[in-house]
Amino acid sequence: MGMTMTQKILAAHAGLKKVKAGQFIEADLDIVLANDITGPVAIKEFKKMGAEKIFDVNKVVLVPDHFTPNKDIKAAEQCKMLREFAMDQEIENYFEVGQMGIEHALLPEKGIVVAGDAIIGADSHTCTYGALGAFATGIGSTDMAAGMARGKAWFKIPSAIKFELIGKPTKWVSGKDVILHIIGMIGVDGALYKSMEFMGAGLKNLSMDDRLTMANMAIEAGAKNGIFMVDEITENYMKEHKNKNKAFKKKIKVYKPDKDAEYEETYVVDLSKIRPTVAFPHLPENTKTIDEIGDIKIDQVVIGSCTNGRMEDMEVTAKILKGKKVAKNLRLIIFPGTQDIYLECVKKGYTEIFIKAGAVFSTPTCGPCLGGHMGILAAGERAVATTNRNFVGRMGHVDSEIYLASPAVAAASAIAGKIFNPERL
Amino acid sequence: MGTVFKYGENVDTDVIIPARHLNTSEPKELAKHCMEDIDAGFVSKVKEGDIIVAGKNFGCGSSREHAPIAIKAAGISCVIAPTFARIFYRNAFNTGLPILECEEAARKIEAGNEVEVNFKTGEIKNITKNEAYQAEPFPEFITKIIENDGLVNYVKNNL
Repeated sequence: MGMTMTQKILAAHAGLKKVKAGQFIEADLDIVLANDITGPVAIKEFKKMGAEKIFDVNKVVLVPDHFTPNKDIKAAEQCKMLREFAMDQEIENYFEVGQMGIEHALLPEKGIVVAGDAIIGADSHTCTYGALGAFATGIGSTDMAAGMARGKAWFKIPSAIKFELIGKPTKWVSGKDVILHIIGMIGVDGALYKSMEFMGAGLKNLSMDDRLTMANMAIEAGAKNGIFMVDEITENYMKEHKNKNKAFKKKIKVYKPDKDAEYEETYVVDLSKIRPTVAFPHLPENTKTIDEIGDIKIDQVVIGSCTNGRMEDMEVTAKILKGKKVAKNLRLIIFPGTQDIYLECVKKGYTEIFIKAGAVFSTPTCGPCLGGHMGILAAGERAVATTNRNFVGRMGHVDSEIYLASPAVAAASAIAGKIFNPERL
Repeated sequence: MGTVFKYGENVDTDVIIPARHLNTSEPKELAKHCMEDIDAGFVSKVKEGDIIVAGKNFGCGSSREHAPIAIKAAGISCVIAPTFARIFYRNAFNTGLPILECEEAARKIEAGNEVEVNFKTGEIKNITKNEAYQAEPFPEFITKIIENDGLVNYVKNNL
């Protein structure tokens, strides 16, 4: 039996010619990532391990993005610990508030992650980088600490599910609708311990931003990683972004699955048939198409996050909001993924559109997505969010509700004051 | 031996330890808020050595190690479920919280049952119902981490 894309990357990083599902390996790591929540725990564990220096000053990346700009004294202390460690260890890729972005929007943009990399991050949405053809997976702080110390991590080689994409999405359908549709189909543990590998003729109809959104939510189906076959679109993206971080010359390696690679299941997904999709509380698998939704009044709309805070997300939001006003008594909070995206929004006039529509336009932060700050919900309130999780209490009070959707659905809903189909605007 | 707290499927890390409490990583501080969004009475009822039994995909969601740390610091000696979300699975072993995958135990054990677990053999005894269940044994690689008393010491011994 041949190997999947994931298996090939892991084999190469373990110095093995061949691996098979279920095998335990130790792999060399290209990037080890943490944020202001998981980093401090990892730093403590790093010291407990008796480690003194990190394995490579270019390969450890620290991004204070969750509770920043510091939301309270305790958060400030955690960020201080991260900053002091970065300075002490002379970490090249530490991004201070003002230059940072939401980690999974920032790393691809800076060219820090590329195809063929093996990446661990102490954040569950590290799987985002699979969009570039890398193996990337979330781990906890102790694994992060071990990774910083040794540049290695242990893995069980995963089996895989293949998603053969065909067709072209309709006008208002984006990567978010595709991945919500898939999670609705296979469930929140549908890919537990496995890889989700995306390929097929439909790939050419998905932009990099669409793919980053889809790989980002592989974890919401329980997957170890999500990975996309590299094509011209990926290569162009990497060429453009690699030059942004010249200090860090990276080799791009493209791995394609063997013809006889073993996939436990194969799903053919026709992108042209996918409707705008919304995940109802309190699991990302509770999906309905926009056509099945009645009148659901909402109090807040959140557009942004590591899932949907990229340039195309801002573009579609601006397109829908242009010349319109958000519904009375509704809060619309827009937060771009990075400072570059923020600046681009200013240059293109999107910022003016957002503010004139009555929206908050925030600095990049994970804040509202995980109920940290910058948009917490009260008891009984409902939000439409372009984020990734709608668990109980995720964005605030345990009696609040989150409906996950694309930026197009979210922006249309902000104007209508209820969950709304952008096709009907 | 411990008393069982029973929960449903897909218990996520946001209900195990809500993000609003993640501005600290002190185990005792985290333990005060353990399970508060799914079972507000948990913290006042839990005793040292008690056991959590839950449905499939326990620990889904974020990578926060604060989740197994909070459960362990609250006094829980073991979590039993048919399956665990993969990041939680790694984090539990890495931080020294024993977990066992056993579908039968998860189905048959009820809240309040007295249960005893043998980690070496994977045998789970339900004293209340006079039943026994067999969990999947740990993979060899995991056993090595357990023998080293968690990943910190495993790395210390292999640096």
